[in-house]
Amino acid sequence: MTTTTGTGLTEQLSATTLLRFATAGSVDDGKSTLVGRLLHDSKSILTDQLEAVEAASLKRGQEAPDLALLTDGLRAEREQGITIDVAYRYFATTRRRFILADTPGHVQYTRNMVTGASTAELAVVLVDARNGVVEQTRRHAAVAALLRVPHVVLAVNKMDLVEYAEPVFAAIAEEFTAYAASLGVPEITAIPISALAGDNVVEPSANMDWYGGPTVLEHLETVPVSHDLASCKARFPVQYVIRPQTAEHPDYRGYAGQIASGALRVGEAVTVLPSGRTSTISGIDALGEAVDIAWAPQSVTVTLADDLDISRGDLIAPSGSAPRTTQDVEATVCHVADQPLTVGQRVLLKHTTRTVKAIVKEIPSRLTLDDLSQHPDPGQLVANDIGRVKVRTAEPLALDAYRDSRRTGSFLLIDPADGTTLAAGMAGDSFAAEAVKTVADDEGWDF
Amino acid sequence: MTTTSATVGEGTDSPYALSHLDALESEAVHIFREVAGEFERPVILFSGGKDSIVMLHLALKAFAPAPVPFSLLHVDTGHNFPEVLEYRDRTVAEHGLRLHVASVQEYIDAGKLRERPDGTRNPLQTVPLTEAIQQHRFDAVFGGGRRDEEKARAKERVFSLRDEFSAWDPRRQRPELWQLYNGRHAPGEHVRVFPLSNWTELDVWQYIAREKIELPGIYYAHEREVFARNGMWLTAGEWGGPKESETVETRLIRYRTVGDMSCTGAVDSDATTLEAVIAEIAASRLTERGATRADDKMSEAAMEDRKREGYF
Repeated sequence: MTTTTGTGLTEQLSATTLLRFATAGSVDDGKSTLVGRLLHDSKSILTDQLEAVEAASLKRGQEAPDLALLTDGLRAEREQGITIDVAYRYFATTRRRFILADTPGHVQYTRNMVTGASTAELAVVLVDARNGVVEQTRRHAAVAALLRVPHVVLAVNKMDLVEYAEPVFAAIAEEFTAYAASLGVPEITAIPISALAGDNVVEPSANMDWYGGPTVLEHLETVPVSHDLASCKARFPVQYVIRPQTAEHPDYRGYAGQIASGALRVGEAVTVLPSGRTSTISGIDALGEAVDIAWAPQSVTVTLADDLDISRGDLIAPSGSAPRTTQDVEATVCHVADQPLTVGQRVLLKHTTRTVKAIVKEIPSRLTLDDLSQHPDPGQLVANDIGRVKVRTAEPLALDAYRDSRRTGSFLLIDPADGTTLAAGMAGDSFAAEAVKTVADDEGWDF
Repeated sequence: MTTTSATVGEGTDSPYALSHLDALESEAVHIFREVAGEFERPVILFSGGKDSIVMLHLALKAFAPAPVPFSLLHVDTGHNFPEVLEYRDRTVAEHGLRLHVASVQEYIDAGKLRERPDGTRNPLQTVPLTEAIQQHRFDAVFGGGRRDEEKARAKERVFSLRDEFSAWDPRRQRPELWQLYNGRHAPGEHVRVFPLSNWTELDVWQYIAREKIELPGIYYAHEREVFARNGMWLTAGEWGGPKESETVETRLIRYRTVGDMSCTGAVDSDATTLEAVIAEIAASRLTERGATRADDKMSEAAMEDRKREGYF
């Protein structure tokens, strides 16, 4: 029996939290090396995977194992030696589990970084210490800011090639921090590293005594992952109505869903949108356990004191802080499809659990990420464009500003003809709107 | 603004941070309920292996106290472990579920599929699977695939659109943004859904331990007649092993994955309890597929190629 570790191991392994993060970097900034080192030094690359990479590298005539082959999983990627698509990696330390969205660095794949950043709580932006902050760095910072990733790490890589000089690091960190802060990135941590030599990735560097901060892994392990519940308004999109209608549960009617933000409490007065009907929470079932309070992102089933007509797509919120509803959505979108988005186009809009018909009324501007310049009335958006749109929906939506809630302020635009996801939308203002601010209309937008 | 050293040592998560298992469970339940809300005819692929057992457990929790609103589909290779079939039938009866079976043996008997020279039946599952999907007009098919299993699976979406031939085109996948899954599909197309995408093998085992989920006995160490082929221990049996040159011996082994007997290898193990299995996996230097799956060793892109053809 190999039970010498006893119950301790299970407890230790399950008492961890989960951090989702994304990496972004230009093609030659050493992103694959950094990812490879994080996986390798956290012992997440197993023998058979390493052997497969060694064999594949030999077949290609490379002497040393090419760690990029670990992450480039598709035939086309391995043939061309580039990363085409987002891939997800998993590794763990004793303190935390990590889900890494490994996103390609090419300019034409802005949509991939948007995809990776949409679920990330932290983004690592890589910079080559020799080149400093370049256009691509600004693009990555802008996408992280637009998607409101709560924590950004600037990894100044290849410090070994600039003699581990502090002034080089300090200058890059200062320039990046000023830029990202001006875009509204709430927290920036700069770390000087050499992914190739292993400085400050997992182990502290002996070559940079002047740096007193955490290594990349230490920072990933300790950055706080959950938000202050008190400051988030509760939002509960109804996903599915559970009605067993069995002898045992003849009258049970539960509203199932994942709490999008904040906390729900038994006894709380709630309003159901868009109908505006009110009731009180009579019970919360947290996957088999009756509880008094539940919070985001828990999946629960809620019962109400009154028998209301509620279905998938409705939103339950505390009566004191329910969102307004609107049919006029103004948002920043990232266009993710090959077919364009044009003024006058009929689309579907998916917001939380609700999908409604909509029409693109206006595309007021398109943003150039390089210098954040605005181009008014582009007429259409094409793949990887970021722009402002005004959309009229067929039914009212209980939409928050994206800056208040990434979950209830985000939406998809979908092509009704073939189901293609056209654009990722973020409701309300963003820095992408600043240059073309129009006079606020008085139909209920207050952000 | 630069917080170069401020966060170290202060990383106490708030009491409202979910444990990683709670976070993964919540996400998977959300996915099951999205499918129930948006599709007409979903089905859960159920092999009797640990991943599909965990999927079913999550589905039971997601819709309680109502029954699971999906039926099950088992692609029967004809070379199954008897313990697994027994487990399957008992589970279906216990929860009052409806089970569809697509049989590889029936396809071979009817001359619609030909036995491979190596005797491996795993790749033969694709045709019965895709035909069953068409025949029953399933529009959402849950699979227990995890992105940590294999490099092609690491590129897989949670909602993966398949055309009328069930084909996967990795270059034409929909971006998956936030938790907004897009399940739109044309008639004849369907969506493969992977609620365990973000789970690792260790997560699955820890969840099984936490939830006290019963598994078929072959996952725990037991004595069995096996023989060595291509560096793996295969179960001796009527499916075609061993050949004359191969010697049967009785060893203390267990299985990390459950698939077709002809290509699922056992590992030497004395882990007879969940705790011991978890300790063994935490210390293992081999991935579960690398250790136990012959079909993935056929080529560098074996999984991608099979998935393109409709494999799950």
